[in-house]
Amino acid sequence: MSVVDQSTTTAHVVGRVDDVPLGEGRAFVAGGVQVAVFRLRDGSLHATQAACPHAGGPLADGQTDADVLVCPLHLFAYRWRDGASTSGAAPVRLFAVHEEDGQLVVDV
Amino acid sequence: MGGLGRVMNPVLGGRPEGVSTLHFAMDDADGVDTRQRLVVVGNGMAGARVVEEVLERGGGDQFAITVFGEEPHGNYNRIMLSHVLAGEEHEDDIVLNSHDWYADNGVQLRAGVRVRRIDTHAKVVHAADGTATSYDQLVLATGSRSFIPPMTGLYRSDDEFLPGVFGFRTIDDTRAMLAAAAEHEKAVVVGGGLLGLEAARALQGHGLQVEVVHAGTHLMNQQLDPDGGAILKQSVESLGIVVHLATRTTEVIGPDRVRGVVLADGRAIDADMLVIAAGIRPVTEVALMSGIEVERGVVVDDQLRTDDPDVYAVGECAQHRGEVYGLVAPVWEQARVLADLLTGTDPDAEYHGSRTATKLKVAGVDVATMGVNRPERDTDEFLVISEPRRGVHLSVVVRDDRLIGATLLGDTRKVAFLTQAFDRGTPLPEERITLLVDLSDGAGSSDGREPGVAELPGDSQVCNCNGVSKQDICDTVASGCTTVGGVMDRTRAGKGCGSCKGLVKQIVEWAADGDVVEDPAESWYVPGIPLAKPALMAAIREQGLLSVSAVFAALAPGGAEDAKSKMGLTSLLRMIWGADHVQENDAKFINDRVHGNIQRDGTFSVVPQIKGGVTTPAQLRRIADVAEKYEVPMVKITGGQRIDLLGVRKEDLPAMWDDLGMPSGYAYGKSFRTVKTCVGTDFCRFGLGDSTQLGIDLETRFQGIESPAKMKLAVVGCPRNCAEAYVKDVGVVAVGNGKWEVYVGGAAGATIRKGDLLATVDSPAAVIELTGRFLQYYRENANWLERTYDFVPRVGLERIKHVLLEDGEGILADLDEGMQRSIDAYTDPWGQDGRQPATPGQFRTALPLVDLPKVPVR
Repeated sequence: MSVVDQSTTTAHVVGRVDDVPLGEGRAFVAGGVQVAVFRLRDGSLHATQAACPHAGGPLADGQTDADVLVCPLHLFAYRWRDGASTSGAAPVRLFAVHEEDGQLVVDV
Repeated sequence: MGGLGRVMNPVLGGRPEGVSTLHFAMDDADGVDTRQRLVVVGNGMAGARVVEEVLERGGGDQFAITVFGEEPHGNYNRIMLSHVLAGEEHEDDIVLNSHDWYADNGVQLRAGVRVRRIDTHAKVVHAADGTATSYDQLVLATGSRSFIPPMTGLYRSDDEFLPGVFGFRTIDDTRAMLAAAAEHEKAVVVGGGLLGLEAARALQGHGLQVEVVHAGTHLMNQQLDPDGGAILKQSVESLGIVVHLATRTTEVIGPDRVRGVVLADGRAIDADMLVIAAGIRPVTEVALMSGIEVERGVVVDDQLRTDDPDVYAVGECAQHRGEVYGLVAPVWEQARVLADLLTGTDPDAEYHGSRTATKLKVAGVDVATMGVNRPERDTDEFLVISEPRRGVHLSVVVRDDRLIGATLLGDTRKVAFLTQAFDRGTPLPEERITLLVDLSDGAGSSDGREPGVAELPGDSQVCNCNGVSKQDICDTVASGCTTVGGVMDRTRAGKGCGSCKGLVKQIVEWAADGDVVEDPAESWYVPGIPLAKPALMAAIREQGLLSVSAVFAALAPGGAEDAKSKMGLTSLLRMIWGADHVQENDAKFINDRVHGNIQRDGTFSVVPQIKGGVTTPAQLRRIADVAEKYEVPMVKITGGQRIDLLGVRKEDLPAMWDDLGMPSGYAYGKSFRTVKTCVGTDFCRFGLGDSTQLGIDLETRFQGIESPAKMKLAVVGCPRNCAEAYVKDVGVVAVGNGKWEVYVGGAAGATIRKGDLLATVDSPAAVIELTGRFLQYYRENANWLERTYDFVPRVGLERIKHVLLEDGEGILADLDEGMQRSIDAYTDPWGQDGRQPATPGQFRTALPLVDLPKVPVR
């Protein structure tokens, strides 16, 4: 996999954790970049680019489990672990995301 | 960057913006790369395959690899271009090696750079961008280009076709044709070989009128004998494609753009597109400019070496023992031999030529050919079965008890055995006819499995596109991967042109069994819970599992959620529990979360309920007002007799529903959709029954009921079938004297099937009762996403009649009760979620920065 250079990222508060219902995703803008943030049922947070690399589908509207995110348009799946597609599409870009005092912080 | 389409000509297999790679060069302590320099000229299927094979043999440590590609793209599957042209594949799906792949593997890709010549003395490659690149070993894989027969008026300038003229060789050619196909009506394709026929069929699929002009006396004359060609012509013409044989296109009518063509016999054909697919010629300019021996192609020996000891050639540009191959399988063999030699894995590796066998689908007709297509000696045996009416033409040529050629047109069921016999020289049956057909003595493949799968040698190649052998597939199965899809993912078998998928499936089934015939996962209702539907429903009922998360916790291996199982489970729980089901929005597909059908640009469609297709002026006025207020980009009458408001922003949905004041038409769910009706008895002169009212009553009773797949119904007032009831999941036909026929399992989508007559009943009330029982039986017994047109034949009409008409299993009362529970649980989702969102941000946009709508406004 490619090594993403993370030395120049900046942290952005995009909203509150409660803005993302458990198990769902919501789209935000972090430093001018569209990101989709997901809160899984195990409480973990994940963030990806907002548009599917396959055909631009809204990833925040996708369905998730502990391993993958599934785009709603053509059901291409992407692994949280490394962003790789399990269905042969280009990989999705991942962003670091964490909670700070109830706020969602995304590194872009 | 994929399909966002901002750039006019996006790079196929390019890198997403903003991704950068840190290189850790394999330098030694002095910072000097001590590896040999391997330069590959050509980034098509042959060049890239050589690189893959070299890397697979650990060549990344031996060589610093540079690949020159004239096209700006990554490496893509050229064989699939006709599928892209036909709209069956997205161009992103034919990428074999993206730019990322080269970067990740430390291969320098010089995409979009043409090589001019090679200085074989100084061992330097001179490129058109002025650069000079040194090499130790060099591979020519320059491929081929379209052969352009001479015609007057073809060119506008030296190097530029008249607008409207296309070659068919690259993704850019394909994109240009796709764009032109949308604007034009009439195309002439020059060339009646494989590529020409595929282009013709694809363009026809875009609505163009297509004529094929072929210089040969029969179609696909490279592969087929004249009789086979004649039968193929018949099949092609029955598709509506006009074929002109034994004539040439001599002139293109212009002058500003293509207006038509003139044939050698003087006839003129109007056309606004001209596609040239008259064969290919090896690209040899680089070799010629570099003083390397060229005849038809670049001449190579058995080690694929040219007359320069450090320059090799592979693929369509290479001529080996007088043969120039235009198929993918020989190219793969050459790439393997060359990689063995370059890396020293096998210093004595040699290529001895390929026996070419092809299996393909041309213009919808299956074709497989191998070896010769007619007898060549007096002693050759020649067996032909010709059925022109069915479009089937089969022949084999046998010499000295060995198969030396076979041609299968229209029926390729025997191809696996024949390929094996051809490749291996395996013994042939005494009764030669069994080479071509299964005789009806029971020796045939009544279990649906090809004879020969078991006998195929392990090293015989199954997937020619990706070079996957039977052994590779068996090994993958043995390692525990027992689903056909899983094996295809792991081995890439069937991921090229796809024509071997059937054989892959047979081998997987053969390798996986013993006694088990079916992959157990195939019987599971959803992939994440290892239970078939009856066991899953029983467990849900016994354990009182009311929510999807409870089902995963109790029944999934390790309690693990599975994204692709959630939608099916939500539907099942709603059916089982009705109003007691505990909703979880994350377990729903987006359509069910926001009660609209998601569109390609992330907007949604709004289809209000119009029962039976009957509306009022007031309703229409309200719909019109709402469409204007929310600037709806498209208002369309649907096939289900309703009105679709397309391109609606997610955030506008609740307010629109509120303004409409109409219930949801459920045009987005795996659920009861519509009941189409004709005008019945109120106005129609021919109506035998009040179909309109019955349709409205059916929709009122079953509105919004969820099911394994969508349910579309229709009621017609007479057998003239104006509302197409014969091809619906449930179709009701008035036949006079108060009687109604009820058909089930019809379809008119990708599958066309006339429904089976379930019963003739004598009142609308009886229709509603029987419909409810059938729908409930289907809901409880169908597999997830199994439409009634598959369900009814699978279960069998007789059994369904036995259960629903004679209460043969004593479950009618249960069916009625189950359906009633769902009907009682119905609420209009628009009324419900419109007032109070189910979750925070339920209707928040998911694409905040994209200008909407991206789908053009008409």
